[in-house]
Amino acid sequence: MSKKFRAAIIGPGNIGTDLLMKCLRSDIIEPVWMVGIDESPGIQRARDWGLQVTTGGVDGLIDALGNEASEDKTVHFAFDATSAYVHAENSRKLNALGIVMIDLTPAAIGPYCIPPVNLGSLMANGPIDNVNMVTCGGQATIPLVHAVSRVQSVDYAEIVATVASPSVGMGTRDNIDEFTRTTSSAIVDIGGAKEGKAIIIINPAEPPIIMRDTIHCLTKDSPDQAKITASIHSMIADVQTYVPGYRMANPPVFDGNRVTVSVEVEGKGDFLPNYAGNLDIMTAAGLRTAEMMAAHWYKAPEETAQ
Amino acid sequence: MSNPTANVTLHDMSLRDGMHPKRHQISIEQMVSIAKGLDDAGVPLIEVTHGDGLGGASVNYGFPAHSDEDYLNAVVGTVKQAKISALLIPGIGTVDHLKMAADCGVSTIRVATHCTEANVSRQHIAESRKMGLDTVGFLMMAHMIEPELLLEQALLMESYGANCIYCTDSAGYMLPPDVTARIGLLRKELSPNTEIGFHGHHNMAMGVGNSLAAIEAGASRIDGSAAGLGAGAGNTPLEVMAAVLDRMNIPTGIDIFKLMDVAEELVTPMMDDPVRLSRDALVLGYAGCYSSFLLFAERASVKYGVPAHKILLEMANRKTVGGQEDLIDDVALELARQQKG
Repeated sequence: MSKKFRAAIIGPGNIGTDLLMKCLRSDIIEPVWMVGIDESPGIQRARDWGLQVTTGGVDGLIDALGNEASEDKTVHFAFDATSAYVHAENSRKLNALGIVMIDLTPAAIGPYCIPPVNLGSLMANGPIDNVNMVTCGGQATIPLVHAVSRVQSVDYAEIVATVASPSVGMGTRDNIDEFTRTTSSAIVDIGGAKEGKAIIIINPAEPPIIMRDTIHCLTKDSPDQAKITASIHSMIADVQTYVPGYRMANPPVFDGNRVTVSVEVEGKGDFLPNYAGNLDIMTAAGLRTAEMMAAHWYKAPEETAQ
Repeated sequence: MSNPTANVTLHDMSLRDGMHPKRHQISIEQMVSIAKGLDDAGVPLIEVTHGDGLGGASVNYGFPAHSDEDYLNAVVGTVKQAKISALLIPGIGTVDHLKMAADCGVSTIRVATHCTEANVSRQHIAESRKMGLDTVGFLMMAHMIEPELLLEQALLMESYGANCIYCTDSAGYMLPPDVTARIGLLRKELSPNTEIGFHGHHNMAMGVGNSLAAIEAGASRIDGSAAGLGAGAGNTPLEVMAAVLDRMNIPTGIDIFKLMDVAEELVTPMMDDPVRLSRDALVLGYAGCYSSFLLFAERASVKYGVPAHKILLEMANRKTVGGQEDLIDDVALELARQQKG
């Protein structure tokens, strides 16, 4: 598939810029717009890298798109890297233009999306105009909860995400309960556990620590060690296709009905530092989502022409 | 002492920090009986629930014998004069837990963060204050940063609405001059209406000495635990602290002999192992490691054949903070591999 699915990024901050760098490398998604609300370093960077920019917010983008007549100026995807407060409005306006919204904020008005776990079934169920990328802890751990629950029934799953202090922004700090609640509910809804709990620990050590996650699952029946271990390895390989620095810290430990596995998430070091795997996995999962949707939904124009 | 006549509020930890050495298995009957004894001895404030605070029930930290709600209801319904407090660590517990505790009738909520991360406590402190509760900001592992940095974090918690700020020596690392420097600066720079507290661990045998240094530097709330029941080598033994303050004519409102009875006859017999200054506990204090890692390191030691104190030293070297119990098995595994190699 040639690179012909166009995207706008809303929010030229650290997350938006890191996402932009990943999109620039994508074979499928072409970043064409950066949307900000003022003339910021992020806007300037995007302009330098050849994107069209607007400082008029989402309305500015809509005006600009309205002015451009030809079909090839269409935007297929918008990534929202702003805040939960404005996301619903952004999504409503852009959905009206047929743009699919990938929500990196905690707003969660669309269904949760953990690409290797549930994006396939989301797409199979029909058109989607908004998906939510859960939380960094969710992206890092829910694949492994699912890796266990797809083998056998999980009564309870718990994740502990330990992240470097400089990688946790004020948005998360101001409402850390949102992380806890959203991640817990996605452990159940997407991970497939009957009950979920999420814990986040912020560590200020210098140099900053790489994100580390522990996943504990309590299986209903005695765990099938060989099958679960194989399932975990295969899921880690799936996540590695879009987060190369996602790796097992220690192999699964089995203790009665408890299965525990820990992973480290090292970021690619695009705009964000390597230790901030928690942020990297969000932007990587966002792009992965757009790529999977593009591959699934849209026929390549060459085919359409035939 | 510069302020020998100041009142000091002693706050008992045996039914919360004491849950660590009990692996969170204290029964409702034991809680009620100890709380009744403490209440009768005049202890003004008693903390209850899981060792890791509200919502601490987990694979990672241990599932308790009963829910936070059951413990709180039982103890609140038992005491006559004492007030009940609950601890909440943002990232583990949420505002929902806080509301549950308030509904159970706690008077005090203590919102605990690592000493550099006070800005995760805004929503919890604000909510607690809004509900009219005595609201404490609890800065853990306070030995890890300089007094000036601790003050910055304390000011944040004060700005969110905390009416009391704690300097918390979670590792039992501090020596009296460390306490004096921190409490002294907090007392000087925080609002005169903001109380200052100190929470000690006895890992360097400094529980009582550090608490006295804290009082002298302006602290008016001191945490301790009957018979010292708490993580590591335990908390400042409350009956000893009360007896020392009594000798110094500092009023606490506590009947020290009744408190000694509680420690001797109720708490000590309940211990699974004596809470003492073992080699492992000493290493916690010496190296500056979070006290509740102790039992986890001891279990990992048995499992992987690595000495517990070496695991704890490595946890301290890695600058781990409270809550990172899940790293202990990894560290033990790594040390075991090195041993073999």
